[in-house]
Amino acid sequence: MERELAIRLRGAVKRYGPITAVDGLDLDVPIGTCVGLLGPNGAGKSTTMRLLTAQSIADEGEIEVLGLRLPGESKMARAQCGVTPQLDNLDTTLTVQQNLLVFAHLYRIPRGERRAAIERALEMAKLVDRRDSRVDKLSGGMRRRLLIARALVHRPRLVLLDEPTVGLDPQVRQELWALIDALRSEGTTILMSTHYIEEAQRLADTVMIMSHGKAVATGAPSELVREHAGRQVLEVYGPPARLAEVEAEAGSAGLRTRRTGTSISILGVDGANGYEIDGERRPANLEDVFVLLTGEEIA
Amino acid sequence: MAASETRAPKIGRLERSALTGVLVREVVNYSSYWRSSTFSSTVEPTIYLLAFGFGFGSLVSTIGGLDYVDFVGTGTVATAVLFSSAFPAMFGTFVKYQFQRTYDAILAAPVDTEELVTAEALWIATRAGVYGCVPMLVAMVFGLDPSWGMLLVPFIAWLAGFGWACFGIMIAGFAKSIENFNYVVSAVITPLFLLAGSFFPLDEFPDWAFALAQINPLHHCVQLVRHAVFGLEGWTDLARVGALVVFGLGVWRVAIIAMTRKLVD
Repeated sequence: MERELAIRLRGAVKRYGPITAVDGLDLDVPIGTCVGLLGPNGAGKSTTMRLLTAQSIADEGEIEVLGLRLPGESKMARAQCGVTPQLDNLDTTLTVQQNLLVFAHLYRIPRGERRAAIERALEMAKLVDRRDSRVDKLSGGMRRRLLIARALVHRPRLVLLDEPTVGLDPQVRQELWALIDALRSEGTTILMSTHYIEEAQRLADTVMIMSHGKAVATGAPSELVREHAGRQVLEVYGPPARLAEVEAEAGSAGLRTRRTGTSISILGVDGANGYEIDGERRPANLEDVFVLLTGEEIA
Repeated sequence: MAASETRAPKIGRLERSALTGVLVREVVNYSSYWRSSTFSSTVEPTIYLLAFGFGFGSLVSTIGGLDYVDFVGTGTVATAVLFSSAFPAMFGTFVKYQFQRTYDAILAAPVDTEELVTAEALWIATRAGVYGCVPMLVAMVFGLDPSWGMLLVPFIAWLAGFGWACFGIMIAGFAKSIENFNYVVSAVITPLFLLAGSFFPLDEFPDWAFALAQINPLHHCVQLVRHAVFGLEGWTDLARVGALVVFGLGVWRVAIIAMTRKLVD
């Protein structure tokens, strides 16, 4: 039995002149899950997001959101979606509460429920005591929380978060993770794009790694790691000449490596019996997979 | 199978709730800038009225049987309409699209470009309907006699304002950068503004210019306001209303096409 899908893309293609931003993408987001689109800038994550609100129209392929065919039925789908854009587009001369009020109207919340909906959004964003502050007086983290709360004011079934924590301090980022995690535990379906690996690893049930408009790998973060990077990674530090030597050695032993600036990471050393070299062993992570699959030095 | 059992009720075109949503945003925003907007919309026509009224008024006492102040006071209603509709529409639309990215947020909600453009134009038209009356009210201070026909002026100003608002949105939709507006202001708006008959009658113009004025919506707005205040001219004025309706509907549709091309790729 296939699970019910909140989002279903089949062979979606979007071209801008000579550039193919989304290149035959298949994507399934089952209801009640959090799916992360992970990829470098320009991988097609934001275009995918725009396709889902019919702000971009696909050149080819099929797109369904909450069982509705896009672009024809997009408006009905949008009524049940909440969208947090990558770039802040709050009304900066309005107060926190006024921003929420506007979206309570745009998302057609009936008159009698508006006040309660705004209160709930304020609480979720922890902005209850800043309700009368103008947006241009808020900190970056508060603005981003408001941007997310604005997308939740009508209790959407599906939430699209485009780079929800881009450009924020690590500490502020964690506050937002808590907010997204709370949403997830309520059973809201989330599609999130990010180029922060830790974000995807922590929040997403399923990660799709994108590169050049294509999906290069899809799966639960831990499965992706096991499948592509093994369990253990050996991190070898040293001067550049030494690193080149280690790289060649590992290569001839049939092991995959990646450069991480000051070191060489040798992947999948758990399976390589008898391979002895000095270095620090650490568990493989999603970053290893990511670089392996999207970076230039794919073996 | 994808989830389909909880479909939202069928959603159509030009829905009231979508229009209301966009209008609420404008009204709430207006509460934060109404002072500056009202100031400029009031002071600007007053300055025109004073400058032309005293400047020209000292040379010319009457035009076509009207006191010059009465002539200019009614003529600048159209100027006020133009200034409070075409310009905010051009600049406001461009800023909301390009710099504030407001339209990205609105179109992610259940609102289509057609509704967005329509609601924006309705809002600007309503403001133009109110601000358009200001020169007439100022002229009353300087001796323009009240008449029942004046009650029609807000509606004329609204109708013309809707057309100019759509015109402004259309220009913003076609513009690649905000500097492009210079061409439109110099080559289109300024000539239409001078060829409207606000400050001087067009009777003495060469025939071709007079003919050109007949396709200038601003000219019809000027004439309609004057006739509403001093006496309507039946079929001719009805034709002028028709011209404004055609202008409004035409630019409305083109504005939607231009903005759809800009907002949805």
